[in-house]
Amino acid sequence: MADPLPYLRDDNKVQPPLKCEEFRASVVRAPTQALVRIPHTLTETTGPSGHGVWEKLMGPAVTDLTRQHKGEPLGERIVLSGRVLDENDRPVPNVMIEILQANSCGRYVHGYDQHDAPLDPNFTGAGRVISDAEGHYRFVTIKPGAYPWYNDWNSWRPSHIHFSLVGPAFANRLVTQMYFPGDPLFPLDAIANAVPKDARHLLVCRFDKATTAPFWALSYQFDFVLRGRAATPMVH
Amino acid sequence: MPRQTPWQTTGPFLHFGLPWKGAADLAGDSDLGSRPDLVADGHDYAIARNHSGRSKIGGERIELTGHVWDNTGAPVLDALLEIWQANAAGRYASHEDDRTDLTLDEKFIGYGRCALDAQGGFHFRTIRPGRVPGPGNSLQAPHIALGIIGPGFLKRLSTRIYFAGTPENEDDPILNLVPEMRRQTLLGRSEPGSNIFRFDIRLGGERETVFFDI
Repeated sequence: MADPLPYLRDDNKVQPPLKCEEFRASVVRAPTQALVRIPHTLTETTGPSGHGVWEKLMGPAVTDLTRQHKGEPLGERIVLSGRVLDENDRPVPNVMIEILQANSCGRYVHGYDQHDAPLDPNFTGAGRVISDAEGHYRFVTIKPGAYPWYNDWNSWRPSHIHFSLVGPAFANRLVTQMYFPGDPLFPLDAIANAVPKDARHLLVCRFDKATTAPFWALSYQFDFVLRGRAATPMVH
Repeated sequence: MPRQTPWQTTGPFLHFGLPWKGAADLAGDSDLGSRPDLVADGHDYAIARNHSGRSKIGGERIELTGHVWDNTGAPVLDALLEIWQANAAGRYASHEDDRTDLTLDEKFIGYGRCALDAQGGFHFRTIRPGRVPGPGNSLQAPHIALGIIGPGFLKRLSTRIYFAGTPENEDDPILNLVPEMRRQTLLGRSEPGSNIFRFDIRLGGERETVFFDI
């Protein structure tokens, strides 16, 4: 078969390095030798696809994180929606979008989380949805709280939501964190600051009154941009 | 044109959402791969197991095990490994792979995840993949793509597992891009007669694993 059309590479004006001194945990978890660049073969340009493939693997979508338990969670309910696009401004359908977050008090339902803040029996903070034919996704959740962490003395994470996206190709996997506009902790955050300065704003969602659920929930918009395909096949 | 969304680390709290029960068992129905011990009681709906009937998948069953060490030699205990592979016939369960002359196995998707266990070990059960095309008219040796994400990893690390003792490795177009001295870090090894392949991942030291820029 003809060589598959390769994907564009990491944009280093946007992507963080593997090692960032200010984010202490990264220092011992970066390889010491240079990465070996390889051409994109079918291994890199394929990913799970086909109708129902994600449900088959992981089970049904969980898009409303406020309705997974007997009662309603505490905190500020929000609608979070947007699109998955590629660098060529084309929508990317059938992307598995997973969401992970703390509750409104800044506490995770995780055994490693030692923050002195209450768990909410009605909030887990995990969800997943598959982008539709136009790349759209939508979650209902609770705005997560800030919490302290061990990096420098008295470091605090800004409110954020973790996302994992498995797209059409092994090459364009994306794991990221989304932040909220105007958060005073955002400029101080060592993890957000690992991204080149001019690109940090790409991690912040947009308040959007137009998509609020009137008298029920405010709304934020966030678009993901996955690596797109190169225009012409590269010569190997 | 829009710019790429920057990568960020998963953080340490990935276990209540990302590794579902059975995520590391691509060819069976066990709960391998998840860490329900790290999820607060009553909060495990997101890692429930969904699949069944995978025992009928065709191909030679193999297991992949190993540990991950950071660049100081300390064990990594909290990362998540992801694999992606072709089926026994060498076909990917992806619309991009349109070689319809090769069979697809409805139950085999070829994508899996494994959270490291409390000792830093991983354990996948899968099938040995067939050969897939490489650049030009080449064929690649059987291999499994592997990604590592987790706390402290600002981006995914990407590598491949090949199988020691496979003659096709000699002509593999990707292995041949790796300095010869370092190729052995990409080989899963098994005892004679065993289908358990050991693949240790080192971020530093003399036997540092080769990671790819893809």
